[in-house]
Amino acid sequence: MKSAVQRAHPRRHAFRWKLAAIVLWGAAASAAAIAATSVPDTMNERVRACTACHGKEGRATSDGYYPRIAGKPAGYLYNQLANFRDGRRRNPMMTYLVSNLPDAYLREIAEHFANLHPPYPPPVGSSVAPSTLERGRALATRGDPALNIPACTACHGDALTGVAPAVPAIVGLPRDYVNSQFGAWRIGARQALAPDCMAEITRRMSADDVSAVAAYLAAQVVPQNAMPATALARKPPLDCGSMGGHRP
Amino acid sequence: MAGAGAIVIAAVAFMAVVDTIERDEPPSANASRSTEEQIALGRYLALAGNCAGCHTARGGAPYAGGRAVETPFGNVYASNLTSDPATGLGAWTAADFWRALHHGKSRDGKRLYPAFPYPNYTRVTRDDADALFAYLRTLAPVNQRNREHDLRFPYNQRWLLAGWRALYFKPGVYQAASGQDAEWNRGAYLVQGLGHCNACHTGRDVLGGSNLKADLAGGMIPMLNWYAPSLTSDVEAGLGNWEVAHIVELLKVGVGARGSVYGPMAEVVYNSLQHLNDADVRAMAVYLKALPQTHAATDAGGPGVAPRELQSVMALGSELYERHCADCHGADGEGRPPEYPPLAGNRSLTMRPAVNSIRMVLNGGFPPGTAGNPRPYGMPPFRPTLNDDEVAAVVSYIRNSWGNRAGLVSPLEVDRFRSAPVD
Repeated sequence: MKSAVQRAHPRRHAFRWKLAAIVLWGAAASAAAIAATSVPDTMNERVRACTACHGKEGRATSDGYYPRIAGKPAGYLYNQLANFRDGRRRNPMMTYLVSNLPDAYLREIAEHFANLHPPYPPPVGSSVAPSTLERGRALATRGDPALNIPACTACHGDALTGVAPAVPAIVGLPRDYVNSQFGAWRIGARQALAPDCMAEITRRMSADDVSAVAAYLAAQVVPQNAMPATALARKPPLDCGSMGGHRP
Repeated sequence: MAGAGAIVIAAVAFMAVVDTIERDEPPSANASRSTEEQIALGRYLALAGNCAGCHTARGGAPYAGGRAVETPFGNVYASNLTSDPATGLGAWTAADFWRALHHGKSRDGKRLYPAFPYPNYTRVTRDDADALFAYLRTLAPVNQRNREHDLRFPYNQRWLLAGWRALYFKPGVYQAASGQDAEWNRGAYLVQGLGHCNACHTGRDVLGGSNLKADLAGGMIPMLNWYAPSLTSDVEAGLGNWEVAHIVELLKVGVGARGSVYGPMAEVVYNSLQHLNDADVRAMAVYLKALPQTHAATDAGGPGVAPRELQSVMALGSELYERHCADCHGADGEGRPPEYPPLAGNRSLTMRPAVNSIRMVLNGGFPPGTAGNPRPYGMPPFRPTLNDDEVAAVVSYIRNSWGNRAGLVSPLEVDRFRSAPVD
């Protein structure tokens, strides 16, 4: 009787080991399955709805109507998201996407893209007349005092790569995008917190001047280490609500 | 013809006289509640009714009105509810407010357009109405004149509302059903009253009246081009087979094991339902789950197509699915809930109207950023990437894979919703 029990022990042990192995293997397999199917807890994964149009890491695509959002100052990006949500800036798709998102998350999305610095694409070749490009360069770098048009560089930085926290880079933006933004300022489809300085500047510009500036900006080669300046070099020529509503 | 016209006018005139009769309701007897408690309750009830949803213009001051409620008859502009005496409710009394909520009439006796859902709000108790009013009184005055409604003739003839009201409106506070427990009754009170769920989830007839014979049986939401699914059909959004916990999750968090809210329902969850306490959301879930369920046929038919055409649509759909969708929704449509909803067995895809699936593929979107899910994962819009044929193929494919069975979608249908307003 006793010996039978003793004989049974080793078999029981083997069974236990097998059972443990099966349980462990099963647990490992299901852990692997969970790891394979769980969603990455990253901002990259969360903002796929943004990068579908604005390109990988927000670097823009070949479609000229979706601007680069990567590396633009977080304050500027947040202001735009809030402008879409509150109807100051009109783009039905953007309004639809951000309408039911809390402020803290919009800020986080803005920070996410502000911290990405993917390379800029080379400028697309343009067939614009040299005189037009020259007029664009003059407006961008010196403005036109006779027409009371300030230089782009006065607010967007000497390299036109933007100024933290709220002025965007404009160098290298696609022509279509820049042209359509001036059109939107003109008809009120793009507004900013008052005083709306870009709407005011738009009123002072002719259609020809707008397309000259757009052509010039699109034709520039952007240095690969382009970053927004940390502060404005000079007092800006106009009051801007988006910069805090007063001259900094 | 003239005789018939005279009879109609006489009938409406008669209804107009009958419509002046208002049964008196006792004012609130909430002596046990402090003013602060009453205001806090009113604030909560205003969230339950999503009052700010209509009474706030995009980017405007909360409750100051001005948002257009688009209807097939023209635009109705929501009014200013702030305490401004000249343009808001500053000069109103609790009795005036009760009259609006319960009888659908303004302070001066004018009949209100039912874009203001008083057929629902009439269910609200006097006690709750007084709390709501007490809260609205605390809103800082905003001087913003109410915008005139922009309705076509004859809908701009307010007196005709007497006829509409005779057909579709019966004032009356919610009466508890004796055979049901307190939780079910609380849920019914919220769903039928402040929640005004049937404003979207019940179909409307040509006069804009809710088809109460098919209450909560689903319908296209006028002007919005979204389909509000039936809550009484187990092949649409009927909740008979759902666990209460899953319903609560969907209503309060916006995403869950069985799916996510989207479209106008995302707004409802964001502005209203996420702010309700657990007991109230649970009560709504219990009531919705208990609604009598029908088993209407699914849309298995769809446009008749030759087998060869079906094969090519499914082949294209499968290829597109693998390239654009499988990453998140899984090779077998299993999804990765709660972040990415499952598509296999997801009734939202197989409902007869395919509009919601088409619009989700075109526009993508974020679930609401609620307290329970403050950093939601978004779905990319495929409007720029896929043409109408491709959207039709991929929607047809997901409607007919992994056990799903529904009609095919045509490129023409996709084209129709590509231009539908999204904001």
